[in-house]
Amino acid sequence: MSFLSVKKLSKHFGGLIANNEIDLEVEKGEIRGIIGPNGAGKTTFFNVISGFYQPTSGSVTFKGQNISGKHSSEISKLGVVRTFQRAALFPDFTVLENVVIARHLRANNSLVSAIFGNQKKAEEANVKRSAEIIEFLGLGDEIESLASNLSHGHQRQLGVAMALATEPELLMLDEPVAGMNSGEKAVMVGMVKKIRDEWGVTVLLVEHDMRTVMNLCDRITVIDFGEKLAEGTPDEIKNNDKVIEAYLGADDSVA
Amino acid sequence: MLKSNSMFIKRWWPAATIIIVFAFAPQLFETFWGRMGMYKLVLLQVFLANVVLAQSYRLMTTTGDWTLCHYILMGMGAYTTAILAKFYGVPFYLTIPVAAICTVAVSFLIALPLSRTIGFAFFIGSFALGEFVRYIWEKLHFPFGGSRGLSNIPRPELGQSGDWYFVDFSSRMDISNLYYGTLILAVFALVLLYRLDTSRFGNAWKSIYSDSELCESIGINVTRYRILIFCVAGFFASLAGSLLAYQWGAIDPDNFGMIEMVYLIIWVVVGGVKTYWGPLIGVASMSLVFELTRPFDEFRPLIFGVILISSLVFMPGGLEVLIPRTTRFFKNLVGTKEVS
Repeated sequence: MSFLSVKKLSKHFGGLIANNEIDLEVEKGEIRGIIGPNGAGKTTFFNVISGFYQPTSGSVTFKGQNISGKHSSEISKLGVVRTFQRAALFPDFTVLENVVIARHLRANNSLVSAIFGNQKKAEEANVKRSAEIIEFLGLGDEIESLASNLSHGHQRQLGVAMALATEPELLMLDEPVAGMNSGEKAVMVGMVKKIRDEWGVTVLLVEHDMRTVMNLCDRITVIDFGEKLAEGTPDEIKNNDKVIEAYLGADDSVA
Repeated sequence: MLKSNSMFIKRWWPAATIIIVFAFAPQLFETFWGRMGMYKLVLLQVFLANVVLAQSYRLMTTTGDWTLCHYILMGMGAYTTAILAKFYGVPFYLTIPVAAICTVAVSFLIALPLSRTIGFAFFIGSFALGEFVRYIWEKLHFPFGGSRGLSNIPRPELGQSGDWYFVDFSSRMDISNLYYGTLILAVFALVLLYRLDTSRFGNAWKSIYSDSELCESIGINVTRYRILIFCVAGFFASLAGSLLAYQWGAIDPDNFGMIEMVYLIIWVVVGGVKTYWGPLIGVASMSLVFELTRPFDEFRPLIFGVILISSLVFMPGGLEVLIPRTTRFFKNLVGTKEVS
């Protein structure tokens, strides 16, 4: 039984076939990249797995449990948590508060206990763990700054921190280095590696930046025109004729 | 330990002072105005119910959903209370919770379709559903009394004269007991609303307003939370409705119409919704304006319109933005001896 297994997943928007019977197997502890030219259907694929879209057909199983068609918040509770291409955060709160909110929004207390109970102890534990996560991701210096005042790179890091705050087993990163400069990219690559190496979180990411993908991923899946084109290690993908053709065009085409 | 105690006092002395002032209001009013004091006390009673209503409306707006049927929810509470008390002689300590439960049920039914809409569609949808409920009140003679509504709602009763727990609410001349009942229930509701606002649920609702997609991704079922807040706000609106039903003694569908709803929105907009204190300030200042303009009755819509527009233009955050400014001003006045 594999960790995340996607079988014949299709997503149609009316007549447009965004994903056509895509298969994907992700093993526990790997960093898997999904690449493809613009409009290949990567983000749609991502949104279907994380429950933001309902699949037209096919199934997604996570640790043996069928999660396709489930509500995105339920999928997130099962341990599959995604980030966004944009810097998604709560701008009026500090970095620490953002992570604390991400944690305690999921606490399972009822309305009545929220009103009458005393959550001081649980709250202290939450804050402590949140600070730990922020420290781990190297945002320690910014812990008290307002989220809206952070640089773009730091905001994206905070997005990852908030996803991690929910203690996921599978972290899905949507273009984690989009819009970053090379320094920020290096930080993000180091961060993702650290998350996998030290905390054992499996990572699935969509990315345009080839250098980042080749550096980061153990295995890569290539999607083109909504179908799976190739799969393999970075070296295999670099030398795959079909992939080169998809990106650069066939030999006989006019460049 | 000592430190946390002093922090507690520091945070709560304004609220405690206000409650104490309210507790002695009957005596104060009687000293100042004599027999006219009772009339003023009625105003204070209505004010308390309005504060609960405005505060519950503010809770509703934390997710960014401005409804137009909040007055209908209050009306649900008022009607249920009135029907139970008038036709079935149910005592107040049962009518108020039963009315709240009924209102929550109706809120749930209204919220189910509304939770699928956002923004403008939500606004108009809530208006339509609210008017639908009001139409039922207007057209059904039993039990809602049609467009003339229900009158002669009996005053609350607690025991017979002679019982040790007897409280006399029935006197028309001395309404201070009814006033104290209102005060206790209002303070109870306001404390619960405050706890809710600062709880995990309050944070969840505010984050939904900030970024609902992000909330979904970290495990919050946005639809469910929006239905929940509608029901919770309905619960507290119903409490306000029960209070008003007992105070007025008569209700009709026009009490819960669009004009009242617009006044509610004016209170909340003028006071501000960002903090818990905004609606309190809003209701207080606007009630004052309402009383001061009693001689120019027909110009009231104009006056309130001007106030609403100028508050949107000159103070878009509402009057509550003055709170930090004034406290800072006084702190500077006292000097910086106090280390925060």
